[in-house]
Amino acid sequence: MRSRAAIVRDAVSDIAPLLIGVAPFGVIAGVAAVDAGLAPLQAYSLSPIIFAGAAQLATVGLLARDAAVAVVILTPLVINARHIMYSAALAPWFRPLPSARKAGLAYLMTDQAFAMSILRYGRKDEPIGDRVVYYLGVALSLWLTWQVTTIVGIAVGGGIPPEWSLDFAVPLVFLALVFPAITDRPTAVAAIVGAAVAVGAAELPFNLGLPVGALSGIAAGYLVEGAAQ
Amino acid sequence: MTTYSPAAIWVMVGVVGVGTWLLRLSFVALLARVETVPPAVTRILRLIPAAVLAAITAPAITNAGGSFDLGTARFAAGVLAAFVAWRTRNVAATIGVGMVSLWVLQALT
Repeated sequence: MRSRAAIVRDAVSDIAPLLIGVAPFGVIAGVAAVDAGLAPLQAYSLSPIIFAGAAQLATVGLLARDAAVAVVILTPLVINARHIMYSAALAPWFRPLPSARKAGLAYLMTDQAFAMSILRYGRKDEPIGDRVVYYLGVALSLWLTWQVTTIVGIAVGGGIPPEWSLDFAVPLVFLALVFPAITDRPTAVAAIVGAAVAVGAAELPFNLGLPVGALSGIAAGYLVEGAAQ
Repeated sequence: MTTYSPAAIWVMVGVVGVGTWLLRLSFVALLARVETVPPAVTRILRLIPAAVLAAITAPAITNAGGSFDLGTARFAAGVLAAFVAWRTRNVAATIGVGMVSLWVLQALT
């Protein structure tokens, strides 16, 4: 049996390469929140309260454009709906834990913490306590990195000249995330239809083009998947 | 710049935060009652990231100036970055190529 310290070391060394990718993303999220016109404390508040990169970027982007309240709220929740899948995958492992512990672990759930923990749980037969330590090692490393890098972004945000067009980094982040999400024909159809409808509906009021595009993409992907079966 | 009041933003951020936590907690809390995720739910959830991320990205590069225009520096830089994203699947490389090509195109025009 390995010591707790050794498990934490495993967790940190497993997550370290991913943190290098998270750091610039965090800085951009901080800059984008300041650019949207949020005061520093409020700009930072998204990182502990929402704690999800793509959702935070979408939220501040929609706030900056004065999108309708329902769009500002529902868009990041739709983006975060993928956590339901992670929750379902982690649930059997966390089952014996008390509810309060589950609530805390759920707060720290991210793409990376999920992926690393599921890999480890599938490979190593460890007691539940060690599994929680590993999850916390991965998840808290990511949480800390995210808090620090968004604060850095907020601190430098106002000082960046507009000619640098740093706001363009936000669609670039999403662009970088789209391709890994396309894994087969239905997901490809969902992306292509989602993009095309969102462009066609881009001039709708209240930024409704985004939810209309996303829902069309999901419906199209669902139909393609159904037809293939 | 947003014209929402700080109070309105606190409420919206709070709702998104609580909602996100509930999404994360969903099956972890419910598994005692629900044995498995219904297959139709899994099928829909799987499609969400591709559809949503594409619907956010595409208009940001095709309508960079506020209306549909494929002649902008942002569209050209976005297409280059999309190619890099597709081939490398690397976040840093995608942002790097996209930003540098935008700066070069803006300097040239």
